[in-house]
Order: sequence, then structure tokens, then C-alpha cells
Amino acid sequence: MSILILAEHDNKTIKSATLNTIGAASQIGGDIHVLVAGANCDAVAQEAAQIAGVTKVIKADAASLEHPIAENIAPILVDLASNYSHILAPATTFGKNILPRAAALLDTQQISDIIAVESADTFKRPVYAGNAIATVKSSDAIKLITVRGTTFDAAATSGGSASVEDYSAPETTGLTTFVKAELSVSERPELTAAKIVVSGGRGVGSEENFAIIEKLADKLGAAIGASRAAVDAGYVPNDYQVGQTGKIVAPDLYIAIGISGAIQHLAGMKGSKTIVAINKDEDAPIFAIADYGLVADLFDAVPELTDKL
Amino acid sequence: MKILVPIKRVVDFNVKIHVKSDGSGIDLANVKMSINPFDEIAVEEAIRLKESGKASEIIIVTIGPEKAQEQIRSAMAMGADRGILVKTDAPIDLGGVEPLAVAKTLKALVEKEKPDLVIMGKQSIDDDSSQTGQMLAALLGWAQGTFASKLEINDGKIHVTREIDGGLETLELASPAIITTDLRLNEPRYAKLPDIMKAKKKQLDVIESSELGVDYTPRLEIITVNEPPVRKGGIKVDNVDALIDKLKNEAKVI
Ligand SMILES: Cc1cc2nc3c(=O)[nH]c(=O)nc-3n(C[C@H](O)[C@H](O)[C@H](O)COP(=O)(O)OP(=O)(O)OC[C@H]3O[C@@H](n4cnc5c(N)ncnc54)[C@H](O)[C@@H]3O)c2cc1C
Repeated sequence: MSILILAEHDNKTIKSATLNTIGAASQIGGDIHVLVAGANCDAVAQEAAQIAGVTKVIKADAASLEHPIAENIAPILVDLASNYSHILAPATTFGKNILPRAAALLDTQQISDIIAVESADTFKRPVYAGNAIATVKSSDAIKLITVRGTTFDAAATSGGSASVEDYSAPETTGLTTFVKAELSVSERPELTAAKIVVSGGRGVGSEENFAIIEKLADKLGAAIGASRAAVDAGYVPNDYQVGQTGKIVAPDLYIAIGISGAIQHLAGMKGSKTIVAINKDEDAPIFAIADYGLVADLFDAVPELTDKL
Repeated sequence: MKILVPIKRVVDFNVKIHVKSDGSGIDLANVKMSINPFDEIAVEEAIRLKESGKASEIIIVTIGPEKAQEQIRSAMAMGADRGILVKTDAPIDLGGVEPLAVAKTLKALVEKEKPDLVIMGKQSIDDDSSQTGQMLAALLGWAQGTFASKLEINDGKIHVTREIDGGLETLELASPAIITTDLRLNEPRYAKLPDIMKAKKKQLDVIESSELGVDYTPRLEIITVNEPPVRKGGIKVDNVDALIDKLKNEAKVI
């Protein structure tokens, strides 16, 4: 058995979700190869070659691959597929965008967002916003899978010594061209990998008030998250959304502030080790899953907490 | 411009679902069903394109049971022109009609209806796979603009802004293309009563899924469907000092 991992990166470094995907692959077992498709991405290929458990890195380096456009990357996966029993990608917007395109071209029914490996063909995945867990067995010859990073240990970034092989990418389809990206820049830890996450909801009330959340996050060295309501209202950018249809997080500590606890939000954070809720409504559903609940006005409690830490 | 909008009949997002005790799936008897919320956003976007004079016809299509006509009627009440139900008795949430088979069904309909654009939800809130739009784009060899929060079509040029993990990304797509919607694309309207009445008279064709030559045999066998481990609630603390004490000395997370 050989497993191909589609690496997520920014042409400089590997994104951490890739390491968790390799962690899932090592539970399936077999040779692990990594595809690094990008432009001037040699540093990423070298980094991938050091990852424990990786035996080969395939580098597709072309100007047309500077941005991860599904129309250009899926054909590479299709071309390489016959050498592999499994192709895995992280269940991030990167993997979710590209992998189904390759799956359809390979006439394969992808398995999305796995949280456990039962055997080489059987996996567990959450459905219905995580309110049920389905165990599914694939009968496809090649299994295409996206992996939920928070439920698999990251592979070690050193210890490997894989060979790096060049792959010449086919001409692009020309269907899609990159126009621009507006990426959030932050000194804070990455939301899906942070040890502590402080999230604000509609209760925070405005973009300006979110400074209260930021101060607490900075005191704790935490990442900032938000509910859909807070994003929709424009308090914070879209990439802060935690939930069924946003990001999945599982930090050691999750602090939900002014968030009611809708199932769609819980789907993104209920795997956290310790959950704290601060809400002025003592009946808010978030308290039903919080380890520590504080019934209080956030405008009093949060600054006090920040001061006293 | 003709727009095809695939929609799905799913459990309403407000319903608390129950796993069947025999582990075979979700109990859908007597549960409120609705249009998948992301698909409603797709319907709304198509209607806005029609209202701005950019689209001429909006066709709704769904693969599902007889009763999925209700969801097609809802979309027509919002403003879509006509509907197609591809009828199946197989489950459409788990262990029945899978995303790949849906994409193949939609491909057959696209070849028949020849739309210039397909707008659909980025994921359905039942099986949460987030695959069908990308698969349809692959099967047709079309461009894909997934997780869209903004769609601009000018002089045949399609610009789509996508919600990605790092922020936003804008792509230009060749036409025809597939767009999948994210939450911030728009806020769907509520249908007005007169429009609900009018929708009853709009054309709705029913096709048997067997007529399209698609193989619906599932590739994924559902072994079991279980409840997730329940997370027990903890305690309420009286004040900030008590909270800090618990986090330091009990949970040891700070
Ligand atoms: C298809 C779909 C997908 C969705 N995906 C997601 C998702 O991925 N993530 C997500 O989060 N949601 C998602 N939602 C939305 C979800 O259903 C809820 O609407 C949303 O999570 C509510 O956000 P909230 O808790 O911030 O707001 P509310 O539910 O309005 O809660 C605000 C809370 O703040 C408290 N509050 C107000 N003022 C104060 C104060 N001064 N001090 C303390 N507490 C205060 C209130 O008591 C209340 O509990 C989705 C919905 C749909 C339909």
C-alpha cells in the first residue's frame, strides 16, 4: 500500500494541517509520499522530506501552480493516482476545494472529514453537524479522503530523509485565473492549531468591542475565534468563524464569550479539552457543555479576567 | 443567461436529530424538512442575477423523494421559474444517493438544459460532505468557484470571491462555471404569500432517476451510525476569581 498526501503550503512552509493528515496516513499504514505542488516551492519540498514517516516527495514546481487552483492541481493527482491505494488531503478549504475534483475524475466517492481510521477501507466521519458519527466502508479501488486535523496527532517535522523527485506539471486548463487574495495577518497563533482559543459572539456587540476579546487573547497567547453571528455582523473577518461550516478547533482551553451555543457552533469546538462560557443568560445552551460557566455581563467579567491573569 | 440551481431537501437546521437505535441512520420520521440553507443562498443569488437583468431563466433541480417537490415549490416561491425533480426512493442523506451520483445526475441535466451557470450550496447540512459542486465541475470540465461570498458577472467575465482559511481569495472563471455558496454571499428572502400561490402553477417536471442512466449503487457502505460521545456539562463558578482558580488548579490549562 502507498499513500499520497496532498500538501497544503504557501510556497514557503508547510501548513500544520498537512502534518495531521500524515498522522492519519500513518494509522492506515504503508509508504507515505507527499505531493508539493507550487511555484518556487523547493523549500517546502525539502521541509516535507524531513517529516517523519515520509519516504518520497514529489515536487511539481511551475509558475502556473503558484496559487492552489483546483482545476490545475486535480489533474496531477489523477495522473499520479494509479500508484496509490489512498490519496489524502487536509479537510481545510484547500483540501475541500481540490480533492472532490480529483475524486470525480477518478470515478471515486470521496470520504470527507474523517476523524478515525478503523482499517485501510473503513473510517469514521461526523455527519449532521457532528450530532452523529457514521462508520463507512469504501469499495473504491483508490480511496480519496480528507482528514480532520484536530483528531489526528501531527507527524514530527524531523526524522525523515525522503527523496525529492521532480514532476513536470501539465499545461494548465486556463479555466481559472487568480485575481487577488486578502489574507488576514496576525501575530497570534493559527486558530486551528492554537492551545488556547478565545471566541466572541453576537453578545460582544460591535467591531470596536471586540478589543475586549483581543486583550484577553493577547494576555493568554491565544488565537481568536468567533460565532457566525459575529462574522455576519462584521465584527471580525470570515476566517475567524468556528463551527460546522467554519473552522474546527480543539484547543486545551476554549473560552466562549457572548456565544449562545447553537449546534452549528458546538460542532466546531466541542472537542476542546476545557470549555469556559461567559454569558449573561444562565439558560444559554453553551452552559450545557461548558466545564466552567460564568453567568455575567461580558463587559464586566472579561476585562476583570484580563486584569487578574 | 440561464442558471441551474441544484437544491437538496434536508432536515431543518433547527431540528435536534436522533440517531436510530439500530445504528442504521438518522430518524427522519415526522421531522421538519427544508431547503438546505446553503442552497437557499444559491437560489437567492440566482434571483438577484435575474432581477439585475443578467439572467433570463432559473431552473431548480433536486434529486430526492416525491416530497422534495415541496422544496422546489419553496424555491419557485422565492422567484425561480421552473423545477425538475429527479425522483428516487433511496435515502439521500446517508447510505443511498452519494455526492458522486448526484454530480453525475446533474451532469446529465446540464447537458440537457445547457445552463450558462450553476449555483449550488457548498455543503449540505445532513451528510456534510462538501463535494458535489466540485465533482460536477470536474465531470463537465468547467471552472469552479467554491465557498463564494461575492459573485460578480460583467461582460461574460465571472469574478468570484471565496472564503478560504486564511481570508478571502478572488478568482476569474471561464464561463460556463460552477459556483458554490458560502454563508456571507447574501441573505435569502422570505417568499410572500401571493408568490407562494403563484409558485403552485409553475412548471415542475418529474423524472425517474432510472431514466438518466446513472449508476446509483453506493460506493460507501454505512457500517453504523452512532451518537457522538456526550460531553457532560461542568459547573458554574460564582465569579472571575473562582474561574481563574479552577483554570489554574483544577484544569491546569493556564
Ligand atoms: C447553514 C448554517 C450554518 C451555520 N454555521 C455556523 C458555524 O459554522 N458557526 C457558528 O457559530 N454558527 C453557525 N451557524 C449559526 C448558528 O445557528 C447561530 O445562529 C450562531 O452560532 C449564533 O451566534 P451567537 O451565539 O454569537 O449569537 P446568539 O445566538 O445571538 O447569542 C448571543 C449570546 O450572547 C449573550 N450575550 C449578549 N449580551 C451579552 C453580554 N453583555 N454579556 C454576556 N453575554 C451576552 C446572549 O445571552 C446570547 O446567549 C450556522 C447556521 C446555519 C443555518
